[in-house]
Amino acid sequence: MSNGPFEPKLVGFLCNWCSYTGADLAGTARMTYAPNLRIIRVMCSGRVDPQFVLKAFAEGADGVLISGCHPGDCHYQEGNYKALRRAKLLSKMLEQFGIEKERFRLEWVSASEGVKFQHVCNEFTEQIRKLGPLNINQNGGNHEQRQA
Amino acid sequence: MSNAKPKVAFYWCSSCGGCEESIVDLAEDILKVVAAVDIVFWPVALDFKKKDVQAMPDGSIAVSFINGAIRLSEQEEMVKLLRKKSQLVVAHGSCSHLGGIPGLGNFWNRETIFRRAYLTTPSTDNPDKVVPLEKSVVDGKELTLPRFYDTVYALDQVIDVDYYLPGCAPPRDLILNAVTAILEGKLPPKGAVLSPNKSLCDDCERNETKPEKLTIKEIKRPWEVMLDPEKCFLAQGVICMGPATRTGCGERCIEANMPCRGCFGPTDQVYDQGGKFLSAFASILDTNDEKEIDKIVSTIVDPAGTFYRFSLPSSILRRKKLEAVR
Repeated sequence: MSNGPFEPKLVGFLCNWCSYTGADLAGTARMTYAPNLRIIRVMCSGRVDPQFVLKAFAEGADGVLISGCHPGDCHYQEGNYKALRRAKLLSKMLEQFGIEKERFRLEWVSASEGVKFQHVCNEFTEQIRKLGPLNINQNGGNHEQRQA
Repeated sequence: MSNAKPKVAFYWCSSCGGCEESIVDLAEDILKVVAAVDIVFWPVALDFKKKDVQAMPDGSIAVSFINGAIRLSEQEEMVKLLRKKSQLVVAHGSCSHLGGIPGLGNFWNRETIFRRAYLTTPSTDNPDKVVPLEKSVVDGKELTLPRFYDTVYALDQVIDVDYYLPGCAPPRDLILNAVTAILEGKLPPKGAVLSPNKSLCDDCERNETKPEKLTIKEIKRPWEVMLDPEKCFLAQGVICMGPATRTGCGERCIEANMPCRGCFGPTDQVYDQGGKFLSAFASILDTNDEKEIDKIVSTIVDPAGTFYRFSLPSSILRRKKLEAVR
């Protein structure tokens, strides 16, 4: 695994009502796209606790995507606006931890936008491929060897 | 020499000394403690040495109260020794519990901290550019210093910890309750934080002034406004860590008209105090407009340092990515 070319590990939190259905559409329509995104279905992008994103990075994700319904289309009225506010603040905070802005994305993908989902997956994967591995894994390189 | 009194040790690591003060602040109650236990090690007050601890049989100390974060190899060595000699270890105060204020050093590393502290501060006069070295030779003799780690650790990242006394510094009633519980053998399950498991807002007197729907349009830093002494800080636009912080502190800061800074750490349900506070705080910002959100976010000067003021080493990410530190 470690000797091959770098394959970005991406984690995606997709809302049940729009983005997950959009991803499903991309699948049923047999669109091909980069296989790097590990999808986790959540009921709403507003359900994504920033702790989930932090945990994903700490456990070895090179990039994290949150995807929800377009503004105004949220199944729960305004969960996606909460996600937007959190994402803006989280993105600023992640930079203070040395995690580049580009590694964390928020995208709006509706249930009919299989093509957009395909595009987001491909683009995000290529972007992270260029950035390289994050190397912040708690069991990996982010801590010194304390014992001589 | 032998008697039946339980043996107690106190030790300090990377800390300010305030936790030692919190023991002294027990005032006359400390006499009750002293009457009930034998203090066998307390470097700040009593003249015992490391070799005295080394000479004790393993497990012979009933409980060690250890304050301060772990930043030096010497601290790691001492807490490992105390762990071996003690039946119980209590992390005393925010720094050993969560990493504390010294834990903010995890936004930097050894090199950048030394550069700042010994070379570039305006008050530094160090023409030979001397920085601490683990080994140096003076007059033909080799001198050694403990290793200064790149990363600050909470106590339980270095040794097994039985209980946590939260706070900067822990308040007197919590310390007394803990000591009493230990003496009477009425301890909660291992790993417990010895303070109620609910958020500060639950106990806050200002909770009643919180509006039905709490929203913030503009963020103020405490020095930018005349703070209303009775109104919820968040309702005044001031960042208060209360919603994401454990209660039990006695609201000392709130009573002094200062917002909560989060020294008690999160409740048991939360892994990451900063992440959870960010979640709560962003959700009450009163706008759905992207440009306005950007504007408000730009006024939060140091989100990581504010939300993780006391808990960076014990947070999910634990530190800034080492290679990104400049």
